[in-house]
Amino acid sequence: MKFSRRNLIKSFAALGSVGFSTRVLAQDKPNPNNLPPNLPEWTPDLGAGVDENPYGSPSEFESNVIRRNVPWLTASPQSSVNFTPLQDLEGIVTPNGLCFERHHGGVAEINPTDYRLMINGLVDREMIFSLDDLKRFPQVNKFYFLECAANGGMEWKGAQLNGCQYTFGMVHNVQYTGVKLSDLLRESGLKPKAKWVLAEGSDTSGMTRSIPIEKILDDCLIAWAMNGEALRPEQGYPARLVVPGWEGNMWVKWIRRLEFGDKPYMTREETSKYTDLLRDGKARMFTWVMEAKSVVTSPSPEKPILYKGIQQLKGLAWSGKGKIKRVDVSLDGGKNWRTAQLHAPIMSKSLARFTLPFEWSGEELLIQSRAIDETGYVQPYIQELQNIRGKNSIYHNNSIATWLVSKSGKVDNVRLG
Amino acid sequence: MYAWVKIVSALMLTSLISTFSSEASDRAFNLGSIATSQQVKGWDIDVRPDGVGAPIGSGTAFDGEEVFAEQCASCHGDFGEGVDRWPELVGGDGTLNTHDPLKTTGSYWPYASTIFDYIYRAMPFGASQSLSYDETYQIVAYLLYMNDIIDDDFVLSDQNIGLIKMPNQDGFLLPDPRPDVSNINGNPCMENCNVPVKIIGKAKDIDVTPED
Repeated sequence: MKFSRRNLIKSFAALGSVGFSTRVLAQDKPNPNNLPPNLPEWTPDLGAGVDENPYGSPSEFESNVIRRNVPWLTASPQSSVNFTPLQDLEGIVTPNGLCFERHHGGVAEINPTDYRLMINGLVDREMIFSLDDLKRFPQVNKFYFLECAANGGMEWKGAQLNGCQYTFGMVHNVQYTGVKLSDLLRESGLKPKAKWVLAEGSDTSGMTRSIPIEKILDDCLIAWAMNGEALRPEQGYPARLVVPGWEGNMWVKWIRRLEFGDKPYMTREETSKYTDLLRDGKARMFTWVMEAKSVVTSPSPEKPILYKGIQQLKGLAWSGKGKIKRVDVSLDGGKNWRTAQLHAPIMSKSLARFTLPFEWSGEELLIQSRAIDETGYVQPYIQELQNIRGKNSIYHNNSIATWLVSKSGKVDNVRLG
Repeated sequence: MYAWVKIVSALMLTSLISTFSSEASDRAFNLGSIATSQQVKGWDIDVRPDGVGAPIGSGTAFDGEEVFAEQCASCHGDFGEGVDRWPELVGGDGTLNTHDPLKTTGSYWPYASTIFDYIYRAMPFGASQSLSYDETYQIVAYLLYMNDIIDDDFVLSDQNIGLIKMPNQDGFLLPDPRPDVSNINGNPCMENCNVPVKIIGKAKDIDVTPED
């Protein structure tokens, strides 16, 4: 059965049931007929059989847990972005259907039989691999976060979008299955002069980025699976590049070619786009690493506080330079901090989950979180980034956000200064 | 039966030896196939700043004006001024250090090769790799002309695209200086920290968040 919120509202109305609101669902006013000591309506009848949903979906009551986009951000939905609903997720694994999407020409649809990866340039043998070839190499299974360099980009000058999803949701975290490029390149060999790789996608944008050979040989993968199943089309099916800890734009989807050369290629993405314009009009180039960052996912603008008393604050932290070592949380705008509990597993270049219980008696709060990674790097305030880089940057905003909890429990994205 | 196993073993041994004694001796897994030069040529479309990879062809801004009007102007405007939210391609000179920087092919892009490479591989939006090499040179020449970088009769080609000096070629800084913040010692303030706690802006007041 096709499900939509409109149908749900209709069916609730037909049942003469209570109202339905998007965020707190029927939680406010449950149907007393379903509560003890009554027999709930779902109990007497048979439910769906095993032949009805060969590929399962989330509960109908989770239909608000979806990727969302900001229509005014871009000229076309084919060259645009949507956002992971971090506020609705638990643990560290992003479900495949909720991983944010960033395309430059829409989703390429590729029959895996017709898929080929070419390796050319400064190699001993220029080669072509089919998907079956790639899957016969030794494989690795690794969790990595992928964050767009523009995550939080709209917040450089001030608090702009009122949601955890819109301000932090250009990140996802899945387990990749793939072949290490250091293994793949044992087939082609490398000439000593090969210092840079041009990674190229086969989508209509022909996405290209230059990557230094040291990174390629260190931990990059060609992946064909995420979270145990084939890559989703919107994540590069049948194969994508994985560049752990580095900006998402480099993780070329639908990858068709790796060219080895002695110089960077200076593609459109790495010159006109993913560069960081400073106050004096000069721009930083090749700023690849995603530095340590964290966010409180609940409470957050989408997750108001509903009850007084005990609360379970939840959040995510990550660093492109290794493992998260510690996360601190402040409820008073950064004057005083407590260290949150980190939940295993804590893996390098992967999201880490933290929680912190606290009591709320209806007072105003200014909630912040602050990540510290294993290098000792401490997540900064936006003012520090602005003092160094100015306010014209778009990318690499890893600063501390502030959620204002009002006395009603409502939560807003605010800027302190 | 034993004889059959022996034959198979012998065959396997033979193929194993031939694997190690052939040209594939450097290949660890003997997977994939050797690409022909023709296969590589079809896919190797990138152009580097020094002009390496530029396909044979040429064009002038004079010729490019008409191609641009047909292929590009519906999104970028007749003079590269941009339509709706599609990018402006011309102007922005002197704006990079202001509060409202305009990053165009003229004011920001450091290499002419990048303009060629990008237009050929990705434009027109939704019809990529449909332009001829000459048309692409013509469009690039037209953009360079509108940005006052070349004259309208300058013949841009594979021979000179690597020699064009773009206004912002020296506008980029390497290497990445990060971490560029002060606290990299893992030991931040925990109590009575001296931080500003005045609310100076609320996202809800800006009111640009999509309604659910």
